[in-house]
Amino acid sequence: MSVFDRLRASLARTRETFTARIEQALRQPPGPEFYEELEAVLVQGDVGIPTTEHIIEQLRARRDARDPAAIRTALREILQGLFGEAVPLHLDPAPAVVLVLGVNGAGKTTSIGKLAYRLRAEGRSVLLAAADTFRAAAIDQLVIWGNRVGVEVVKHAPGADPAAVVYDAVQAMKARGIDVLIVDTAGRLHTKVNLMEELKKISRVIARELPSAPVERLLVLDASTGQNAIQQARRFHEAVDVTGLILAKLDGSAKGGAVLAIGRELGLPVKLVGTGEEPDDLQPFEPRSYVDVLLPEIPGVVGDQ
Amino acid sequence: MFESLQSRFATIIRNLTGRGVLSEADVDAALREVRLALLEADVNFKVAKAFVDRVRAAAVGALITKSLAPGHEVVKIVHEELIRLLGGPTRELRIADRPPTIILLAGLHGAGKTTTAGKLALRLRKRGRQPLLVATDLKRPAAVTQLQVVGAQAGTPVYVQEGATDPIAVARGAIDEARRGGQDTVIIDSAGRQHIDEELMAELRAMREAVQPHEVLLVMDAMAGQDAVSMAERFHQMLALDGLIVTKLDGDARGGGVLSVVEVTGVPVLFAGTSEKLDGLEPFHPDRMASRILGMGDVLTLIERAQEGVDDQAAAELERKLRKAEFTLDDFRQQLRQVRKMGPLDSLMEMIPGLGVRMKSAGGVDERQLGRVEAIIDSMTAQERRQPQLIDGSRRRRIARGSGTSIQDVNRLLRQFDEAKRMIKQVSELEKKGKRGKLPFPLQ
Repeated sequence: MSVFDRLRASLARTRETFTARIEQALRQPPGPEFYEELEAVLVQGDVGIPTTEHIIEQLRARRDARDPAAIRTALREILQGLFGEAVPLHLDPAPAVVLVLGVNGAGKTTSIGKLAYRLRAEGRSVLLAAADTFRAAAIDQLVIWGNRVGVEVVKHAPGADPAAVVYDAVQAMKARGIDVLIVDTAGRLHTKVNLMEELKKISRVIARELPSAPVERLLVLDASTGQNAIQQARRFHEAVDVTGLILAKLDGSAKGGAVLAIGRELGLPVKLVGTGEEPDDLQPFEPRSYVDVLLPEIPGVVGDQ
Repeated sequence: MFESLQSRFATIIRNLTGRGVLSEADVDAALREVRLALLEADVNFKVAKAFVDRVRAAAVGALITKSLAPGHEVVKIVHEELIRLLGGPTRELRIADRPPTIILLAGLHGAGKTTTAGKLALRLRKRGRQPLLVATDLKRPAAVTQLQVVGAQAGTPVYVQEGATDPIAVARGAIDEARRGGQDTVIIDSAGRQHIDEELMAELRAMREAVQPHEVLLVMDAMAGQDAVSMAERFHQMLALDGLIVTKLDGDARGGGVLSVVEVTGVPVLFAGTSEKLDGLEPFHPDRMASRILGMGDVLTLIERAQEGVDDQAAAELERKLRKAEFTLDDFRQQLRQVRKMGPLDSLMEMIPGLGVRMKSAGGVDERQLGRVEAIIDSMTAQERRQPQLIDGSRRRRIARGSGTSIQDVNRLLRQFDEAKRMIKQVSELEKKGKRGKLPFPLQ
């Protein structure tokens, strides 16, 4: 099953109603009804008002987009333009570090389990660092994932200093010649100043101990989160220079359209999408497929390009 | 552009109340802003439209009556409509005639069910009840362990069946156990699930039918976006929800998803989660929430929290000391601890009208700063705390070393304490002269 099929399957439900509505709107030459309908579709996909308005403005400015088919093509181009090309994880040359961040309940630990599985399948050696020493049983959860995908976990006791866990994990990584270290951090609301400071400290430890290693700082966003996702991205980015996003829980009916706003405002690419709880439910992000999912698919025009 | 609904409304209100006469066009312009603010706050697209239409109808009517302050009138209408949207007054948990009372928690992955289960247990325990927590999330790795840890923190037993695979059997087992063991409330923590997962939703429905809970509560994230409505509708359809618990309200999420869910399902919000600590669960007050959205602050919650955190005797003793200007660093430290007991500082700040938004833009409060002050005082001897004038250069060095701070930090604290004391003295002298009846600042 390709990513596209997977996303298509997971979002089939919501797409049907949108398809019908946009199809209806497109029967007439593009007028106010069409733009209103488009606004509704985008806002209801959590794209947000400012980015929705930006998209509509761009579309209006496209002089070539005067008939339904041309409008669909233009719209696709505009949306894909907000994402740019797919950006793969930058993990070479080894050793590399993936620092996984996010608010409480975004899906960090599950994403890490799946990412570890994926990197192992690519033939890389992986080590996990249990730096969420705060949440009850977070360490146990990571250890179970480690066992499941055959990866070791460096851990301290609950309540330990997360930066110390990371320090030890980096030493273990060096000693064992591991390719990728994935660091699980405690969920934190981006408004908690002291917890954001803690993240900076973890990030400093990595930079100091592995000065030339590639480091991915990935922010996990829950696809069902609304406009607050933008604020999260902004604050985490300010704190530790986020390199990309993981869009988790895209197997629900929420579309996570806030990533478009984040792409436009902060230029942060989505690198991975999560679509379930099985180890292989994590895929590289493809802007083209995602746009197909966000926009209603109209046979013969949008979906088959 | 991305300010909170609270600050957006604050601007709208300023513009509206700044003028004497409002035209219909003014109202329309304001309502356009209201609609945008609501959408940016994640209020569902359709709910926002309906809301604005209702407010417009009411506002135009109010203008015809030629009220003296039409701006206030419109704001009042928006406020009332928000309260209406958020639901009636909150209610407490229903208690079964014959124990045990059974509470079922449901929700998406990562909504905060397990933490909420612990918070509910602690809350019930504080009110003299004996809850039993039940771990029926048998899928997610370490979910059972997580509930056990949370249960231990809440001082509540957790019912677990080793190696179990059937959540319904576990829930039944727990209810039997509660009957035998005399626990009067059973809180069932269910596994997170997508609302479009037919199989898992059917399983939850079967659980509801099997255990017949007295409260079926949907735990939902305050950060939820447009899809919250279809999520909640599906849970409601399958489970007939009795109430909602909103989590993560201590962030800067605007909570429009919650507003929308209440509007569409008609299910009331019972509680709100406001911190990571286990006592961070408060009754939900629609009126206060509406006021908060409108930038009027949430003073009532603040006062209630202060009352819970402060012990009356200590407060009376402190007042006596202040009046006699016997205030020492010991008292200061005690004050500090009481403030911290009331919860995270930034969530307190948010409740003070006008302060929350300003503090946010100033980068929030550094909780650690308070910890440093406490550490400095902790590093003093008992005598030094009573007589800070004893603290000379070498003592300052020792205190700085002992508390892991710098001499400058110690100096700053002593200076601030000195100033505070001088101020207190002036105030009490003024009072003696009968110029004032009361201290000009609250003591609690």
